[in-house]
Amino acid sequence: MATNIFLAILITSLATYISRFLGVITSKKIKETSKIFKWFNCLAYSTLSALLARIIIFPAGVLSEADYLLRFIVVAVGLIVFIKTKKNFFYATVSAGVLLAFLNTVI
Amino acid sequence: MVNVKFFLKGFCAVKGFNSPAIALGASFIAVGALFKNIGLNFQESILSTFFTYALPGSLIMAESIIIGTSLLNIFLAVWLVNARLYPMTVSLFPLLTHKSQPKLKYYVACHFIAVSAWLIMKDNYKAVERKYRLDFWIGVGAANLLVAVSATGFGFFIADYLNKDMMIGLAIVNPVYFICVMVVAMRNIQMILAILFGSFFGILFYFISPEWCILLGGFTAGTLAFYIGELNGN
Repeated sequence: MATNIFLAILITSLATYISRFLGVITSKKIKETSKIFKWFNCLAYSTLSALLARIIIFPAGVLSEADYLLRFIVVAVGLIVFIKTKKNFFYATVSAGVLLAFLNTVI
Repeated sequence: MVNVKFFLKGFCAVKGFNSPAIALGASFIAVGALFKNIGLNFQESILSTFFTYALPGSLIMAESIIIGTSLLNIFLAVWLVNARLYPMTVSLFPLLTHKSQPKLKYYVACHFIAVSAWLIMKDNYKAVERKYRLDFWIGVGAANLLVAVSATGFGFFIADYLNKDMMIGLAIVNPVYFICVMVVAMRNIQMILAILFGSFFGILFYFISPEWCILLGGFTAGTLAFYIGELNGN
């Protein structure tokens, strides 16, 4: 079992590093003023956004044990706090975390 | 090797209320606790965060260990979920290159590519002299990695005191942080569309293939957003 975990860590790290490594190789040929750079910028934000949507709507791990509706409410509250506090990340994230833990305990 | 002055400047950029340190810390506390619960020891937990340093990949690894999938499956699943690091690297590293920097340094520095550090750098690169941007970046990355590794260790130790509801609370902190960041990033048509389409296509492709949805959804959304933005002169 111990070797399995070690191998799993190694494989996970390698699978993650590959994308970073290939990114550096591609970067060499790309100028920051080029259109292709802008395209990659769009791709970076859209893949991030796709990942986020997946985490919230089809989560893995413990988040999947919180009710759908609760997750949506908490994300919405986090966003409202963020906008109301003139874009303060601290209040938005902390209030969302505390609220979800609380709601999940009560309901 | 590394310019200490700019390294420290980058390292200190992680401080402050708007930095991702709190969200990053909260989510890795949850990861540390999760690692302990599924049977990793302390060293393994620390090593995993240090070498992988990308949260969705770590979660997949943890799930795979629980259900006992093959190493090839782990590799593919992690690669697919972390493939977003590729466009992130390509949209950051051209800003950091300078002829005075040794080539090998880029391959080490790219390990620090993760959403949190990437966002700090995207916001700050213009203020840093081009020659030293890579050193500044290594500072930012090292600080974020340190937060992630420390939080994993902390989470490992307090795992027994965290109940499921607290873990769920910790797990939502990071997604909420990133959604807020996305709202700030919506500065022009291209960015607004890239982010909105990304969520839409990410979910749409989930029904076709849960493994490929991030990559395919992101690619479709980003490309569409780029073209529409270009057509509108943006």
